[in-house]
Amino acid sequence: MTIASRSLIAALAIAGLATAGSSALAAGGNEHPPAQKWTFSGPFGTYDRAQLQRGFKVYKEVCAACHGLEKVSFRNLAEAGGPGFTAGQVKTLAADYKIKDGPNESGDMFERPGRPSDRFPRPFANDEAAKASNNGAVPPDFSVIAKARTYERGFPMWAIDIVTQYQEQGVDYITGLMTGYVAPPAGVKVEDGLHWNTYFPGNKIAMANPLIGLFDDSGKASDPGFYTDGTPVTREQVARDISAFLMWAAEPKLEERKQIGAKVMLWLILLAGLLYFTKKRIWSRLEGAH
Amino acid sequence: MAEHHSSYVPSTGIERWLDARLPIIRLMHDSAVSYPVPRNLNYFWTFGAILMFMLVAQLVTGIVLAMHYTPHVDFAFNSVESIMRDVNYGWLLRYMHANGASMFFIAVYVHIARGMYYGSYKAPREVLWILGVVIFLLMMATAFMGYVLPWGQMSFWGATVITNLFSAVPVVGEAIVTWLWGGYSVDNPTLNRFFSLHYLLPFMIFGVVILHVWALHHVGQNNPAGVEVKNVAKDTMPFTPFATVKDLFAMVVFMIFFAWFVFYQPNFLGHADNYIPADPLKTPAHIVPEWYFLPFYGILRAIPDKLGGVIAMFASIAVLAFLPWLDTSKVKSGRYRPTFRIFFWIFVVVTILLGYTGSQPTDKVVLSLGGRTILDMVGFAQILTVMYFAYFFVALPLLGLFEKPKAVPASIADSVLGDSAAAHK
Repeated sequence: MTIASRSLIAALAIAGLATAGSSALAAGGNEHPPAQKWTFSGPFGTYDRAQLQRGFKVYKEVCAACHGLEKVSFRNLAEAGGPGFTAGQVKTLAADYKIKDGPNESGDMFERPGRPSDRFPRPFANDEAAKASNNGAVPPDFSVIAKARTYERGFPMWAIDIVTQYQEQGVDYITGLMTGYVAPPAGVKVEDGLHWNTYFPGNKIAMANPLIGLFDDSGKASDPGFYTDGTPVTREQVARDISAFLMWAAEPKLEERKQIGAKVMLWLILLAGLLYFTKKRIWSRLEGAH
Repeated sequence: MAEHHSSYVPSTGIERWLDARLPIIRLMHDSAVSYPVPRNLNYFWTFGAILMFMLVAQLVTGIVLAMHYTPHVDFAFNSVESIMRDVNYGWLLRYMHANGASMFFIAVYVHIARGMYYGSYKAPREVLWILGVVIFLLMMATAFMGYVLPWGQMSFWGATVITNLFSAVPVVGEAIVTWLWGGYSVDNPTLNRFFSLHYLLPFMIFGVVILHVWALHHVGQNNPAGVEVKNVAKDTMPFTPFATVKDLFAMVVFMIFFAWFVFYQPNFLGHADNYIPADPLKTPAHIVPEWYFLPFYGILRAIPDKLGGVIAMFASIAVLAFLPWLDTSKVKSGRYRPTFRIFFWIFVVVTILLGYTGSQPTDKVVLSLGGRTILDMVGFAQILTVMYFAYFFVALPLLGLFEKPKAVPASIADSVLGDSAAAHK
């Protein structure tokens, strides 16, 4: 290969990807959330079942009051690659929810206990009701929120991300957001109904610290037994657990994807190797071949 | 190279019977088996086959996705999510299709750059080249409309920004936009027609690809030496098995690259914003097109006048079709054009930088001195836009007149044997 063609490869590789990562949505001027360690990162990543179960508990008891999960069904909680609840647990869990159904034979809508096949019901009857109880803003649905949030990686980090397979901006951001409620810097006025957060774009967020009920003023867990698996209840732990759960909610097929990916990669690399030698062998028939 | 003599010999009775009535096997044999290929092609010449693979992959995944997708503003986003969750291997289909679009463009940019470097647009390949530009335009239209279908925030706002460009047309601009939208804003009729056209255009691409390949097989391939085939026996080899196995190998290597994104980084090339359902009342902080449109978007925003920007953007693509006549050099291959090569690489860098400006806020400061802004993103894009067009309208016409090219090999065979002789020294 000539120098020209080699540099052409390099330039085009850069060209092809140069602009890809430079378009994150978070407005500038904010601190980047620290990168967390996730069990589901990397080519062989899998979810930590216990963590997903803890995260689900946080969702159910804290977030669900305002945030829906409308694309997730109860049955998903028992499916492979998820939190690993048993079918029985999911049945009991679903039955705790009231689902609007109907109309029945007399034409009336009615409420019935949830079934595993139902999706998580919305916390508000409609967007107007959601606005009315939330200062005029609709709390976003959580089904794909872990993929809908990010922060600017900047050059050259985004290019390195291709090699390291870093794609946990969303969960890192959510973890940062959950732990980022601090007092505003001196001299900065935060309007009524807004709260200061280190990692929120623009810093002023309408949502009050959602974990405030779990901890007392000194930061100690108000209910140390909140987690039933013995995991210490700290702000960071709770933030990581809810983030992991939201990642699963957004990407329930992540484990399957990575597992199939490993097989596909192995297969393609073997095939490429065989084809390379086949090509060499066939081309050796040409006179003056190199 | 003229049409070569057909070497197909029907070996069975059925083949003879069919050959006398519809010589389709002869056609396939002549174009994919015995078709003579220059011996000196490098791996950049495998991108045609890679593109063919990508087109078929997009068609197959797209047709299955269309079975599960609902083109309605109230259901589109949810139907995509149900593909991701409830359709068997739906996540695989969707990630292949979404990343496949990016792969398609990576491959086509390599393919175009190869053509520009080795002068593949020059006589007798002008029509072949122009058909390629038509395919490129159709690809862009298809990709743009495809990106609208999930009906996320970037889908909606991207569609709004791009369709609004047509309002810059004098007198009839507003009417054109209303006609495109099927209403007075991007709404359900827009989504419906985009879906319909997104399904139609790939088949039009397929049709033009057939013409592109036909033209290619009529005039024969260009090659890194840029000299035409003189002696078929010495300069060429049959397509099968030589080019077939090489293309196959390159295709599989490209698939590894493709699979890396599909299985490990499926959302890397997309926008997080597109996982937020479209909301006509909430404009995203930055509306950014997909990466493969960024250089052209950079040119659009570089021109302060709306109509001027639109004209410059379309001109930046249309100018490719005039390359055969803008490049005045008699020598095809950049390998023997030392000065051209410098300008070519500047052009590549300029295009990448234009893409960078397209991805950034327009008021971002590029260069400042003592707190005073010397150059902002728009100014930078303006300089780059001038350089982009200067490559076509100044560099290429003049280089052919003033450049002293190096000696071109007498034949392809000479070029191959010369290379290998040098390699063995």
